[in-house]
Amino acid sequence: MKATPRTIDGVEVIKLDGKITIGSGDQQLREIITNALNAGKSKILLDMSGVTTIDSSGIGELVGSYTTVTNRGGKLKLLHLPAKLNELLHVTQLITVFEVYENEQEAVKSF
Amino acid sequence: MQGNGNGERVEITISSRFENIELVQVIAEHLCENAGLDEDGTHWIGMAVREAVANAIKHGNKLDVRKKVNATFQLHDHQLEIRISDEGAGFDPGAIGDPLNPLNLMKTSGRGIFYMKTFMDQVQYSFVPGGGTSLLMTKNLAKGTGLASSKI
Repeated sequence: MKATPRTIDGVEVIKLDGKITIGSGDQQLREIITNALNAGKSKILLDMSGVTTIDSSGIGELVGSYTTVTNRGGKLKLLHLPAKLNELLHVTQLITVFEVYENEQEAVKSF
Repeated sequence: MQGNGNGERVEITISSRFENIELVQVIAEHLCENAGLDEDGTHWIGMAVREAVANAIKHGNKLDVRKKVNATFQLHDHQLEIRISDEGAGFDPGAIGDPLNPLNLMKTSGRGIFYMKTFMDQVQYSFVPGGGTSLLMTKNLAKGTGLASSKI
């Protein structure tokens, strides 16, 4: 998985590309979030548009990332959910946990 | 792959490495595509297989690369039967909490079997003492298997 971060109005927008699956991307996601928090970035917007595959481990890491950021006083939100990821979050009711946006500008303003 | 006129049977045995998961997933997806299943249905069955093989590698064989995971796919008419077997000590599926329970919602694990049950018609574990775990999953490909149409 590839992560491309940029900062917009104090919000760390991280575009994720590739797979977030067991043994490939799941631990990477944890490191990306930890590194952002350690760098003092607590407003995190994950752009999921480039995520090609995600499994239950990847979903678990998303949940873990949300908890980690929240526990550190920050906020983690999602942008551009691919349809299949959206369905996975719906069937597990995690869609009720995450704030999800389709528009980057609107997402950035929401922090 | 063996074609006998009545269906297809495919078998693959892999060592317990996560990078081998995709090999098994791709076979499942090809079988579904060849059977005329739509893209969504194919995707969800592939994901159920991915979850099953990941569990066999991680929880069954405990990442021991000397231990194998065997997958067989049997397609007869529109009925797809998938069996995933490992060489681990087995586990109690009933001990895994319901991921939809609010108390479990924020857990970082425990959704794999739930997804399998969501995407497949039948998910059944059996355990052979000293002989590992065998998981049987079935799906009727004729029923229209996109997640949205079958489960939501």
